[in-house]
Amino acid sequence: MADKKLTVAKTGNEAMAEAMRQINPDVVAAYPITPATEIAQIFAGFVADGLVDTEFVTVESEHSAMSATIGAAAAGGRCMTATSSQGLMLMAEMLPIASSLRLPIVMPEVNRTISAPINIHCDHSDTMFVRDSGWMQVYCEDAQEAYDSILMGIKIAEKISLPMMVSTDGFIISHCMANIDLIPDEDVKEYIGKYNPKTWLLNPEKKITVGCLDLQDYYFEHKMVAIDAMRRAKGVIKECCKEFGARFGREYSFFDTYKIEDADIAILAMGSLTGTAKVAVDNMRRAGKKVGLIKMRVFRPFPADELARVVSGLKALAIMDRSDAMSGLEGPLAVETKAALYNNDTKPKIHSYVYGLGGRDVQISELESIYNDMDDLSRAKKKFDENVTYLGVRE
Amino acid sequence: MEKRKLGWKELPDADSIEAGTSAEFKTGDWRSQRPVFHKENCIHCLTCWVVCPDAAIIVEDGKVTGYDYDHCKGCGICANECPVNKGKGKDDVSKRPIIMEDEKKFQK
Ligand code: SF4
Ligand code: SF4
Repeated sequence: MADKKLTVAKTGNEAMAEAMRQINPDVVAAYPITPATEIAQIFAGFVADGLVDTEFVTVESEHSAMSATIGAAAAGGRCMTATSSQGLMLMAEMLPIASSLRLPIVMPEVNRTISAPINIHCDHSDTMFVRDSGWMQVYCEDAQEAYDSILMGIKIAEKISLPMMVSTDGFIISHCMANIDLIPDEDVKEYIGKYNPKTWLLNPEKKITVGCLDLQDYYFEHKMVAIDAMRRAKGVIKECCKEFGARFGREYSFFDTYKIEDADIAILAMGSLTGTAKVAVDNMRRAGKKVGLIKMRVFRPFPADELARVVSGLKALAIMDRSDAMSGLEGPLAVETKAALYNNDTKPKIHSYVYGLGGRDVQISELESIYNDMDDLSRAKKKFDENVTYLGVRE
Repeated sequence: MEKRKLGWKELPDADSIEAGTSAEFKTGDWRSQRPVFHKENCIHCLTCWVVCPDAAIIVEDGKVTGYDYDHCKGCGICANECPVNKGKGKDDVSKRPIIMEDEKKFQK
């Protein structure tokens, strides 16, 4: 494989569109104007240039983009679309339909905040808004991870029959150019293989009805089938990450850790912040502090037991949320991590931070001072009045 | 005896079921009015068969024979669209092939 390695400079959007080109989906339905991202636009170029066999459906809204993708997937196709921010909001009604119909749609998503106020920059409010839609969710640190995750996503989604969104931080990843290693087209083709749905609407041999009325006596049972699939998805993700690693040399998991083995203090974060945090970890390590990083990749299904195992030995943990659920509690990553730790006998002291809303940058120095605060917290030298700090917000 | 209901582990692995189950779902009991057929007035143009939203008009050898009351919802579209009802039958009820009657009359 190594001799065929192809390193190219691509923006996150280009990298994700490239993955879509290599996947060569049967149908892509998209609404390629703002608030979507360039992904659909770049892909439309591939269609125009005859580089893919895809039926590209230009629809009149993101709601229709998701509806058409669902219809085409139910008909038996390998189908994709892409979106961001308000576009995902408009798709929201259709998302649980895709998951409960068990359609393995893979959707690149660019994390941008949601209105109001109007702002086009990065935070995780959009995907966190639909975290309970029954879609698997993967948050990526960089363009390489996004590219790989989309390819892996096809495998995972089709194996468990659930849709997946692969998200990248808006502008920070989507628009910045980075070197990525592409997998040759023919290797991608061989890796993803042919899609063989178990049932599909255009199959005259086995006629089916999809999306029927389902009242008090059966709705719960049908929903349970989908709930169970999400619970089983963890095993499939594990298996597919291993296979991808063995084939292509880049292995992923539910989360990646950085210098965590002997760490007392750690930051738990998602997305591009984790790149910045690695620099902060290195700086702190040079100063003799035993700090590490946990980069959460898979938020749905939530890898509760695995996460609990990794953090249980820590003395203090800072949880970084790039969205606020406006629940009166903390950000969603903090709330769910705490829930995951409830049954643990040993757990670290935890403080959570909501940061970077509307695309505000986080500096390395800010992360260093978080590490220092966690150090103080672990030695009972510091107390917080609240469970959550809104990082850098002016009072 | 009531049919045993399936548990979730016995259901297909998606919200899909075999086609054609609407035949088993008897929607006729929603009806408050029912169409009554008067064969002698019918010209068998099959307009009613085309417009019925529930495929409840029974046709044999190209001729209307009556209604599938298990599925007829009593919407009255057939009676409304029938050209004989609209023509000869307009002022003379005895000339109509389809007459909508109160469902209660047929319930015992
Ligand atoms: S529309 Fe009227 S005339 Fe025509 S087939 Fe039906 S009942 Fe008979
Ligand atoms: S009343 Fe409505 S449902 Fe019944 S046979 Fe006529 S058109 Fe069909």
